[in-house]
Amino acid sequence: MQDQLESIYQQALHDMEGVRDAEALQAWESQYLGRKGQLTLMLRQTGQLPPEARAGFGKRANEIKEALQSLHLEREEAIRQAELARSLEEGAIDVTLPGRTQAMGGLHPSTRTLRRIQQIWADMGFQVYRSRDVELDEVNFTLLNMPPHHPARDMQDTFYTTQPDIILRTHTSGGQIRAMREFGEDGTQPIRVILPGMCYRYEQISTRSEIQFHQVEGLAIGKGIRMSDLKGTITEFARRLYGEHADVRFRASYFPFTEPSMEVDVQCFLCEGHGCSVCKRTGWLEIMGCGMVHPVVLQNGGYDPNEWSGFAFGMGPERITMLKNGIEDIRYFWGNDLRILEQF
Amino acid sequence: MRLPISWLKEFVDLPADLSVEALAERLTTAGLEVGKIHYLGIPQGDPRYGVPPSDHLVWDRERVILGAIQEVKAHPQADRLVLAVVEYGAAEPETVVTGAPNLFQYRDQGPIDPPLLTAFALEGAELIDGHGDGVQRLILQEKELRGIPNRCMVCSEMELGLSDEHEGIMLLDYETYHHIAPGTPLADVLGDAILELELTPNLARCFSMLGVAREVAALYNLEVREPDYSLPPTSGESVESAAAIDIREPSLNPRFTATLLRNVTIKPSPWWMQWRLKLIGQRPISNIVDVTNYVMFEIGQPTHAFDYDILMERAGGKPTIITRLPDAGEELKTLDGKNHKLDPATLLVADTKGALSLAGVMGGLESEVQDPDPETGYVGTTTVLLEAAAWNFITIRKTMSSTKQHSEAAARFSRGVHPAVALKGVMRGAKLMCEVSGATLAPGILDVYPSPAPTVVVDFPVSEVERLLGFRLEKTEVINLLHRLQFEVDDQGDMLKVTVPDHRLDIDTGVIGKADIAEEIARIYGYDNIPNTIMDDVLPPQRNNVSLDNEDRVRDLLVEAGLQEVINYRFTTPEHEALLTPMGLPSSWGSFDYVRLLNPISAERTALRHAILGSLLDNAVTNMHHHPSIRIFEVGNVYYANPNGLPDEPRRLGILITGPRHTGWMGETDSDNVDFYDLKGILETLLDGLHIPARATTYRATEHNSFHPGRVAMLKINDEPVGVFGQVHPLVCDAFGLGLDLQKPVLAAELDLDRVLAYTSETFALQHIPLHPPVYRDVAVVVDEDRTAAEIADLIWQSGGELLREVRLFDVYRGQPIAEGQKSLAYALTFQTDIETLNDKAVNRIQKDIVNHLEAHGAKLRA
Ligand SMILES: [Zn+2]
Repeated sequence: MQDQLESIYQQALHDMEGVRDAEALQAWESQYLGRKGQLTLMLRQTGQLPPEARAGFGKRANEIKEALQSLHLEREEAIRQAELARSLEEGAIDVTLPGRTQAMGGLHPSTRTLRRIQQIWADMGFQVYRSRDVELDEVNFTLLNMPPHHPARDMQDTFYTTQPDIILRTHTSGGQIRAMREFGEDGTQPIRVILPGMCYRYEQISTRSEIQFHQVEGLAIGKGIRMSDLKGTITEFARRLYGEHADVRFRASYFPFTEPSMEVDVQCFLCEGHGCSVCKRTGWLEIMGCGMVHPVVLQNGGYDPNEWSGFAFGMGPERITMLKNGIEDIRYFWGNDLRILEQF
Repeated sequence: MRLPISWLKEFVDLPADLSVEALAERLTTAGLEVGKIHYLGIPQGDPRYGVPPSDHLVWDRERVILGAIQEVKAHPQADRLVLAVVEYGAAEPETVVTGAPNLFQYRDQGPIDPPLLTAFALEGAELIDGHGDGVQRLILQEKELRGIPNRCMVCSEMELGLSDEHEGIMLLDYETYHHIAPGTPLADVLGDAILELELTPNLARCFSMLGVAREVAALYNLEVREPDYSLPPTSGESVESAAAIDIREPSLNPRFTATLLRNVTIKPSPWWMQWRLKLIGQRPISNIVDVTNYVMFEIGQPTHAFDYDILMERAGGKPTIITRLPDAGEELKTLDGKNHKLDPATLLVADTKGALSLAGVMGGLESEVQDPDPETGYVGTTTVLLEAAAWNFITIRKTMSSTKQHSEAAARFSRGVHPAVALKGVMRGAKLMCEVSGATLAPGILDVYPSPAPTVVVDFPVSEVERLLGFRLEKTEVINLLHRLQFEVDDQGDMLKVTVPDHRLDIDTGVIGKADIAEEIARIYGYDNIPNTIMDDVLPPQRNNVSLDNEDRVRDLLVEAGLQEVINYRFTTPEHEALLTPMGLPSSWGSFDYVRLLNPISAERTALRHAILGSLLDNAVTNMHHHPSIRIFEVGNVYYANPNGLPDEPRRLGILITGPRHTGWMGETDSDNVDFYDLKGILETLLDGLHIPARATTYRATEHNSFHPGRVAMLKINDEPVGVFGQVHPLVCDAFGLGLDLQKPVLAAELDLDRVLAYTSETFALQHIPLHPPVYRDVAVVVDEDRTAAEIADLIWQSGGELLREVRLFDVYRGQPIAEGQKSLAYALTFQTDIETLNDKAVNRIQKDIVNHLEAHGAKLRA
């Protein structure tokens, strides 16, 4: 048996020479060290030896077992190293192949711009108030100091519904009246709100004009709100949206619901005022209209214009998006071509 | 409106160092927007003011000059060419060859006296090519023309870039320019810049050269030179004896003035008047008509000239001008030849025989000034009744809209012209008509003014400047600024009594007047000079907009789930939305009325939508050819008309998905197309993200004709229906243009967003991580085919007790050994407590309860 033990040992050592991978090592282990392995069986037979031989045989068998086990560990480590080396050597891939596209969602560009605008105004204490799309002629025009046949009604081509005096709002300004009446508590409370929403105009659709567009109206009412505050606040907004060095210009303009009224230009951020196609070589981009709330509108909102004053402004998120992203066709916005939308 | 700087200078002396561009910028910031500057021959000036570069022709000061043609001789070789001898300031005159037909009459007639003034171009000058497209340039070079060397040129308007007139050379009026020496740069004679003003409706007072001049004077603190309103000497019978005026509607026609001119000779108006009219884009017609136009552009008052003899003939004697509303069925032919059936709101100028003009809009054909006719020897109109009136601007607007008739006069009257200007108009017109037609003026002016405009006086406290504008201004400065705009100011201490000049209708009284005056002060003071401040009033109550926050949360969740947001037109047509229901089936969208447009812009957009689904199907069609997989959503309104008032505008969420679940990579096989459960998974994820508990939501098979009859579910939250979703009916897909692809279903949802969001909450309790390990059990039961998974899950929940934490369906099996008409449903159950590790015995007991309960309700435990 002693000889048999040594012969198994020698055979195991010899077999190990040929073991090159994890699979062969596994086979080797079960052949010699496994539950039915040759060495294991040999050890079980210790009892059959004469008592005086058992101690010597057992000691030697255990020595061999330990030796084989450590040989196994050694080889196992060697194989792992070899496999790692091979993997590192052979695992090179073509890094220029295309990646697998992940399905990503995205917000509509108008939503993105609306959020940006709302965020900036929120920081200045203006929260969102939302008003309805289909509106009374009275709220959209008359209460905003545009009675029937007022010349300024020509400036906004209107969609009328088949119901008398019900129209699609041409601007979000009508929401000023609703906000003042809802939050003003009969002209006793100050207000700061912005009113984002969809507006509608009866216009031929072209690259520059749409029958439907977003507008963000803003309204601040208080005691002691001055035109200088309007200028300061709008300038602050423009700098946050267009960059802190943005140069802002105020031009007198006309809206029936504000007085004085102004158009606001920001220095073209694409050409830094040197003139490019987007700013039509003027160096300026028109970004919004604004003004001090007209006394008639204050009265219609429940405020006494002798004590209260305020300002209002309005801007177009689509126009802002077009300027920022070099979009030359406003029809992209409701065209919903995913090839466009997915670029945002 | 076009404003030539040369004409403006008649009323104000502009500062010498003021560039055209700086003036344009200042006007623009003061509210008179200059849309464009047209340059005539002079170089563009200061580029600082954001004026786009202009590529107009600049007249070389050395080479494009005033020339005087002294003699025209025949060309020895050619009949269609002549030789012009031109003096141009050099020692010797230059002879040039030209084919200008307007010189032929002088051929071989000897020296011309006075000489013909023209634009003379010397060799090397840049000009427009007269034979090109009007844009092409050329540099003048010496060349031989039929044997005669030629190095200079007499120019046509086209060659100078003034117009496309190339029939003959441009001849300048000797009377006007005889004092200018030949050789003077043409730029100094005719060089000009024209501002194109885009005037807002409140600037009615600026619809004239004088009106803009007043603004310029106010902005630069200059004096205004008013036009000469003095009347020429009169003769003959007075106008009162020749005509009468009868105003029937004084509130609509506050003033009507007229004067009579005899011995009129109709002929072309003088060169200077034609030139100015051409500069502002008006076509010169004849002297009398040109004067009416000229006065309108000069001072803003439209006037009209009647042929007095025609009026006499119509009246059979002394005519009476009547202003009135039309009789029923009355018609009028205007001088553009159009016949108008008159709306009851149309105001007319008439006589005893009938309508003459559309008041304030356009004259009638019959009574207009008549041109001479050389063939018959008719000399044309010889006596003119010139009228200038004031009209209610709303009436003019109604006339314009009912007759669809526009004119320069209507543009002014419809914005408002002060009645005071009417008298000035008739006086100025009379003076100019005498000058240009040799007419003699009848004594007197008819002036009927039944409804005088009130003098507007505003009480303006000086403190309003600070309260409304935000800066302090000394009282004297306030007064000075107002004086510059021709307001009269009565200084009463802290209160200024401000009287509005009688060319303005835009200043009100009372609290509105205070704002009007404040605006004028700000405008002239300069918006740039007003400081920028930050509001220091009380911060108003700050209000979150929960509804918007939640809506944005919905958007974010869907974007995180890989969907793209779209925004569609809210417009549709009932016919288009009818495609949402297969032919022959009733609509499942309810029978609501549409909000319909009275004036749709196109046949495809006549009403507001009832559903988002139609919009999303349109989007799928738009994208199907380049996007095999589409995953989109829209949050937006739909509209239901309400016969008693404003429509309902509920907020909806629409979702549409179709196409492969994953996109393939480099030839890898595409995965399966999405199905009902992909959409349901999106909805579950959404509701989970909104913290609406799964136990509160139910999905029930339902009927909806826009969807596949077996693949549509109603979503309920706390038993309230909040929307429908499923596979869009293949016939609906087909009707929308997606084709009838049964292998590629289109899944869509339409949810009432307001109802869904009513169940969301910002506050929700966090589930802590359990300390004790769970115990898992699988239960598989065989049930009849018509039993739903949700039903069986409900049975499990009912009997699972409080240790049951999760019921998850993991397998549905049909086929051997399960009998036909039955299916096996396998659920993974999770049991857990917060207090202790569960032992098998306890769980076995519960499992037994569940199985008993299931078997009591028709399910059989699968072996
Ligand atoms: Zn630019």
